Amino acid sequence: MTTAGLTDGRTVGQPDRGRRPPVWPSDHSTPIIDVRAYNFWYGGTQALFDLTFTIPRRAVTALIGPSGCGKSTFLRSINRLNELIPRTRHTGDILLEGVSVFSSGTDPVTLRREVGMVFQQPNPFPKTIFDNVAYGPRLNGLAAERDMPERVEVALRRAALWDEVKDRLRTPGTSLSGGQQQRLCIARALANEPEVLLMDEPCSALDPAATQRIEELLVELKQSYSIVIVTHNMQQASRVSDFTGFFYLGCLIEFGDTKQVFTRPGDERTEAYITGRFG
Amino acid sequence: MSARRVRRRLVSALMTGVVGALSLLAVLALVLILGHLAVKGATSLDWSFFTRNPVPVGESGGGVANAIVGTAIIVGLASLIGLPVGIGAGLYLAEFGSGRLGWIVRFVADVLNGTPSIVVGIFAWTWLVKPMGHFSALAGSVALAVLMVPMLARTTEEMVRLVPHSLREAALALGYPRWRTSLRIVARTALAGIVTGCLVGVARIAGETAPLLFTALGNLNFTTDLMQPMQALSLQIYQYATGPFEEWHRLAWAAAIVLMGLVLLLGVAARWAIRQRHGAAR
Repeated sequence: MTTAGLTDGRTVGQPDRGRRPPVWPSDHSTPIIDVRAYNFWYGGTQALFDLTFTIPRRAVTALIGPSGCGKSTFLRSINRLNELIPRTRHTGDILLEGVSVFSSGTDPVTLRREVGMVFQQPNPFPKTIFDNVAYGPRLNGLAAERDMPERVEVALRRAALWDEVKDRLRTPGTSLSGGQQQRLCIARALANEPEVLLMDEPCSALDPAATQRIEELLVELKQSYSIVIVTHNMQQASRVSDFTGFFYLGCLIEFGDTKQVFTRPGDERTEAYITGRFG
Repeated sequence: MSARRVRRRLVSALMTGVVGALSLLAVLALVLILGHLAVKGATSLDWSFFTRNPVPVGESGGGVANAIVGTAIIVGLASLIGLPVGIGAGLYLAEFGSGRLGWIVRFVADVLNGTPSIVVGIFAWTWLVKPMGHFSALAGSVALAVLMVPMLARTTEEMVRLVPHSLREAALALGYPRWRTSLRIVARTALAGIVTGCLVGVARIAGETAPLLFTALGNLNFTTDLMQPMQALSLQIYQYATGPFEEWHRLAWAAAIVLMGLVLLLGVAARWAIRQRHGAAR
């Protein structure tokens, strides 16, 4: 661990507020998600240790680290999907827009409408493409049925899928290719107009061409959404993300500007992982 | 080297032959039954067999219209009672059945599944026929429903468990409440499988005789009154086949064809439902 890395890098526990040079849009500086001393257990096994960091608004934040180090667990803590697993518990807090996602006033169902999620395997519903996208808005009463076609089109366009499916909206979503299915799942999440988009290794089941489409998409989407992406692909993290967090054995070892984490990591474990010496 | 290859091929051919012969044997039973039925009963099948009621001994002709309608009513009512209970229990087991209550329900369902149907008939007699003071179609339907529920519960549970966890999570992550996820996504996805399970269940109880002996009893006249004894195809076959008259034996064979056809029809419908599901999965 070098002192230079420590001075330059945002290390564990320090909020990034005010540390960004002014070249960024001002809303970068107010974080969308604020994690405070968050611990998480599966039964008797602690999976996350004392996470404290903030996730910037309207940016892509990549979480990297070896398998089983808690990246997905953390991601699923944000929309409280972990709660559905029996015998899990947590301490500490995660704030979305300044409000605790665990507070009694936060309904997990409402929370999940504001925090969209895209999973590792494309998981479209066995329904038509149109219905897949319209599902969220219908449930949440976001649009009248007559406005639905427009809303579906907007979501599909944002997910860069519209041109490929506009003539077959009534065919099953499962008939699409893997990459298309994943973009359909992104469109489905976007149709809910979430604040945050969580992506759990969205490209791991896709071929390079489809991966590239999704990556290009992420860069566009960050204009309007705050995106947190878990990835095992270091190149992907360095290509698409603005900020990177390195998880190791349930701890956040390092969090900072992607360029800086990848070129001048502040922790030797980060460096070892990035350069492929373990993982 | 080449000797080993020859041996491998010989063993392979032998094994293929053995399992092929065994599966032929399995099919043979069905073919023999169907063939025998056709030979013995097909000649008695005419329009009046389906439209007329039984005639008194000594007269020839007559049909089993009352039994066909009776089977439809008894099985229909049993399904009306059994399907919601069975499917509901199955959904519960699959979605919330990981606790102690789930374990108990599953255990009871398995025991009930293995209970001889005649025992269920005796119980229906004790609970319903005796207090009511007379045999009735209703009691028969209840007995059949009791037979149907555990089977349906377990099939439904299996089918719901087959729904990928990722689909469930996708719905929850979109902001679906848990109960709506269970009903709209999980149950809908498993629907074809559940329908298949229902058809198989209905087909199975349609052929039941023992539980009906103590409950629906049988009736030589046409009736649609649920509170009265009612004829069913299986009962009719039992009565005619064990009776002393040649004419009755002839009618029993014909009734057996009708019942068998009914069950086969349900089986084919179940197959079709499975195919639809695999079609949808593609």
